[in-house]
Amino acid sequence: MTDVKTTVTISINGRSLEATPGELLIEAAERAGTYVPRFCYHPRMEPVGICRMCLVEVDSPRGATLQPACYLKVNDGMTVVTDSEKVKKAQDGVLEFLLANHPLDCPVCDKGGECPLQDQTLAHGSGETRFIEEKRHFVKPIEIGALVLLDRERCIQCARCTRFAADVAGDAQIAFAGRGDLIEVATSPTQPFDSVFSGNTVQICPVGALTAKPYRFNARPWDLEQIESTCTTCAVGCRVAVQSSGNRLTRVLGVDSEPVNHGWLCDKGRFTLDSIDGNQESSDVLNAATRITEPLVRRNGTLVAVSWGEALGEAAELLRAAAAQPNGVGAIGGAALTNEGAFAWERLLRGVLGTEHIDAQYGDGLNAALLQALPRATIDEAANARVVVTLTGDLREELPILFLRLRESAVRYQRPIVEVAFGASALRSVASVSLPVRPGEAHLVAQALGDGTLPQGVVFTQGELDAARQLIGDGEGVVFVVGRPNITESADVMDYAVRLLATQFSRAKFLPALRRANVMGATDMGLGPQLRPGRGFDAESGGRDALAQLEAMRSGEQRALLMLGGCLLGNVLDVVGAREALDAADVVVVSGHGGASLAYADVVLPAAVQHERLGTVTNIEGRVTAVAPKIVAPGSAWPDVAIASELAEELGQSIGLASVEQAAKTIEETTGYPALSVLNDSTSDGVVVGDVAERSARRPLDPMAFPGIRSTEEVGLGANAGTTSLADLSSTTSTMPATLSDLGASGKLEVPLADSYSLRVNLSRRLYDNGIAVQGSPALTTLKAVSVLHLNHFDLDRLGAVTGDVVGVTGTRGSIRLPVALDDAVPRGVTEIAFGSLDADGVDVVRPILDGRDVIAQVRLESE
Amino acid sequence: MATLEAPRIVTARLEYEDSHTLARFLATGGYDGLRKALSMHPEEVALEVDKASLLGRGGAGFPAGRKWSMLRKSQLAYLVVNGDESEPATFKDHLLLERDPNEVIEGIIISAYALQVNQVFLFLRGEFALGLERVQQAVNDAYQQGALGSKIFGSDFSLDIVVHPGAGAYICGDETGLLEALEGKRGFPRIKPPFFPAVSGFYGEPTVVNNVETMANIPWIVVHGGDAFAALGAGRSTGTRLFALAGRVKNPGVFEIEMVKNTFRDLIYDPALGGGLLDGRTIKAFMPGGASAPWFAPEQLDVPLGQDEVAEQHSMLGSGSVVVFDDTTCVVRAAWRITKFFARESCGQCTPCREGSGWVERVMYRMENGGGRMEDLDLLLDLCDNIAPGLTWPPQQTTICPLGPSIPSPITSAISMFRDEFVQHVQLGGCPFD
Repeated sequence: MTDVKTTVTISINGRSLEATPGELLIEAAERAGTYVPRFCYHPRMEPVGICRMCLVEVDSPRGATLQPACYLKVNDGMTVVTDSEKVKKAQDGVLEFLLANHPLDCPVCDKGGECPLQDQTLAHGSGETRFIEEKRHFVKPIEIGALVLLDRERCIQCARCTRFAADVAGDAQIAFAGRGDLIEVATSPTQPFDSVFSGNTVQICPVGALTAKPYRFNARPWDLEQIESTCTTCAVGCRVAVQSSGNRLTRVLGVDSEPVNHGWLCDKGRFTLDSIDGNQESSDVLNAATRITEPLVRRNGTLVAVSWGEALGEAAELLRAAAAQPNGVGAIGGAALTNEGAFAWERLLRGVLGTEHIDAQYGDGLNAALLQALPRATIDEAANARVVVTLTGDLREELPILFLRLRESAVRYQRPIVEVAFGASALRSVASVSLPVRPGEAHLVAQALGDGTLPQGVVFTQGELDAARQLIGDGEGVVFVVGRPNITESADVMDYAVRLLATQFSRAKFLPALRRANVMGATDMGLGPQLRPGRGFDAESGGRDALAQLEAMRSGEQRALLMLGGCLLGNVLDVVGAREALDAADVVVVSGHGGASLAYADVVLPAAVQHERLGTVTNIEGRVTAVAPKIVAPGSAWPDVAIASELAEELGQSIGLASVEQAAKTIEETTGYPALSVLNDSTSDGVVVGDVAERSARRPLDPMAFPGIRSTEEVGLGANAGTTSLADLSSTTSTMPATLSDLGASGKLEVPLADSYSLRVNLSRRLYDNGIAVQGSPALTTLKAVSVLHLNHFDLDRLGAVTGDVVGVTGTRGSIRLPVALDDAVPRGVTEIAFGSLDADGVDVVRPILDGRDVIAQVRLESE
Repeated sequence: MATLEAPRIVTARLEYEDSHTLARFLATGGYDGLRKALSMHPEEVALEVDKASLLGRGGAGFPAGRKWSMLRKSQLAYLVVNGDESEPATFKDHLLLERDPNEVIEGIIISAYALQVNQVFLFLRGEFALGLERVQQAVNDAYQQGALGSKIFGSDFSLDIVVHPGAGAYICGDETGLLEALEGKRGFPRIKPPFFPAVSGFYGEPTVVNNVETMANIPWIVVHGGDAFAALGAGRSTGTRLFALAGRVKNPGVFEIEMVKNTFRDLIYDPALGGGLLDGRTIKAFMPGGASAPWFAPEQLDVPLGQDEVAEQHSMLGSGSVVVFDDTTCVVRAAWRITKFFARESCGQCTPCREGSGWVERVMYRMENGGGRMEDLDLLLDLCDNIAPGLTWPPQQTTICPLGPSIPSPITSAISMFRDEFVQHVQLGGCPFD
């Protein structure tokens, strides 16, 4: 037996150092403090060795030869010289070549001031050019996608963008065309660069060839101020650098966070800044793009601006009166809050108003108590799992960066994915097994994965089931990623499916794929029936969830609703029933944005939103990270902690939370849930609840890999950095999470019989839905999903329709007309429609014809 | 005088007008080599090729037998034949493909049998319209004759050949660029490691990539034995070889002559071969082995036509293309034309090749057209040094494929041999040959 060598010794410039076998020379050298210049190399992608900037001298049997350090793997005894005359001449030569055709239009280039090419030229380049020829010319710039512009004259052909698109995102929509020095990055004439990850190519471009339409010409990098924060556009929790010019948000860049986003962002998270501070003129409070800047109270049927005192008084009055009745008051929403904000509202709701009717979700999520009872996986654990099983909607549309992490796991590291396929999905092409299922059948799959028996009536085959079971084995090393793929399906279906998986595969772990901002933090802070702050559970208590509260409002039992966030009507399936409920009750809305729900508001309290407030948030894996304010909230909007505290005072009690810091301290001291310790370490990757030991070292900031992000040394640490550590806090934690046995029985799962002309509806999520982020951002509004019925060819043929035809759609509440499209990713007997999509007239027509009463929704289609 | 006793190994059939037809092929020993090979053990066939010490005829001159022996053992392996002959003044494969396609196909079938691969891709330059037509006909005929398809001539060996036309890029003549193109991708040569397609080639499977002329030699070697082949030529350069002679000679064309036994002088001046320069002209220089080979001066006319013999003189026999410049040739223009070719054909992947080729091309163009400056001579040499550091021969390769280090050859040759002519261009403000 031979010993496996775990380190090798190499020599760089005469100094010997230890390296890992297989490590790239450029990385080993950098760790040892020897920086090798580079352009095409990117630490998050496979090396290609094409720019040739990193040539160094490496000893070989044929003498020292120049080799690319980014492509060469170290081996024992390797002798490397990086500082010889020969190396310097080769590197200077490459830099001079790169500049030969480069336009040097730095004064009018977005990248100027943070440009790797500019920086390297300044550091190593010659002051004069020897190139007196005519440079190559291209039309500049050209629009290659809705969000990205390409200036081919500036391009240095490093292929970072094309490799990102093809290898990382799997959207090979940009590629090289032409050859020699006329080579250019190009799109196909018929296919624009519409990847939802397109902005990453702009961020990693080492020159100003790719620019982002929303940021273009908006600022110079040296005028920008920056804080590090967490993106809360979805629940993945990508770390971001938020930059502003004065009080105007200008740009968000992905921070290379090892456990989460690896530097990448989706375009929605990157380009949604205008929804925060870009719509100052809008005053229509029913429009989700509008910021609420002043407290509003309904007077004679219209909302009018009043003072904070008046609004708080009015709100307190309504809530106090309702709370006087049993079950008279409840709260819905809260996923957009910080943990501190959610904690403050929880104290007010349970402590002051004495209600248990609290739900941060809209009937479209997962049972938070069930999630507490599951063994939980981190994103890293999912990405490194032996096998990943997804029971979710299309992750690229729901949690884009989680999709990138899982795609990398499958494509780059060959780890199998088993996809329980509810509809079209971007993971399909890289999944080892796909089990197609129809609405109402998730629990049947879960059962079958356990016992191997093919249930009657399902659309997957025994062969597909066996293949999946073979991979899953006994569940050891398996991570189930569970979400809510279809919001027309009763929550009980996925609830039961997850319980089955948990009991059948007791060694597996679970990663919840809930998509709304800080929904995990809100439920961990107790915003849900039977939940308690600190991811606790109280089996003795009751409490209505969102749908039950709406029912109670319709029946008159619940008289008032505290709406945390203004988008209830945009999120519930039964929009007609929700309108009736809101109409029947007194409604106090706490929101940063307008929305259709505000038509029913009696009092509106303006709140600060993301990038305007301090606090902590929790992502899908339970990672708590800090968010920080970059700009001041508009008008007289307040952070939620302040609003809850003041409202409590108005109600005659104190919740004892005078500041965000105090709220964070209280959370951590009373429940042990990480809060203040994270807030005080705000430029870290945070900690995972229940696994505070897990702390990964942050890679040093690499301005060559992720240009534009300023170092902590440059911008300073967060306001409270280093003042407390977790050890300082004496935890008095007594919170206990739920266990599977605590949970009540699952609901009924029978799918109602329907005639053979009915199709089951899969209302699946799209990234560019009709939410605040998209509605408020002009850059994204044109990308909004359009309502189209997707059918497989069998159902389309039976209907006698072809793609583009408009057909009649009849649901339980009425009929509409929508176009159809062929999509064989949709199982037979199902029609898939994008949730939050709009028809040709810009109206969300699908939900109003559905009532959400059955386990699944069905519609009848008629060709015209 | 040239030594012309050696048998015609690859061009014997070309004396007939209808050399490309199946009838002529069958009437002149067609498939004899294949039938004999099928009666032998595959390893015996490979052994004969190894004994012949046949050097690859594509340009690099790697021994074919050794290349075959490197093929990684695998259930799935491929033979890919490189017929993407695209370099200026290289036109030897062109001749074989149009005039004796059946011989090439027979050589391919034998080689596939020796390698025990069941799928061959024949990648042909897309511009070879007639060649493509005739090669496809030869493939069709072979299927008809039972020489291709399942159970060839009743043996247990089965083989399919797919003829794949290239899309007009010189770089696809590089074997890894070719494999990328064959896989349906952009013809970017692959970075090493992996070093050899024989280990990781077409779709990552072990693949032997051989040149068309190399294949054409195989039937003769099998029929006559490797020793008979090795008896021709001398040293490492055995057998005969095709030389494509072009430039200012009376009788340009493709000649099959014995290696080493003949010199460049024989090839250019023998009345049976090049026939000497046009009347009244004197030789100025010549390219001994294609566009990327450093030039030779008249003093080197007596260098034998052998791989090592030419290498000793710091150039290469390359693809067997010899181009003669006479006293009316402007070397600046000649070097510019070759440089322009490289600049247009650089795949654009590596910076030194992409930007360097375009830059030197523009300087050379300016020089030839009256815009030259004295400092451009040093600039050109320094830019060449930045493309291939040291300007040694063989060159230091700092790019992924050998196209980059090929760029300096014509420029450094022209400047070192004819510096005065460059100076003349600068002083005159134009080309003295115009």
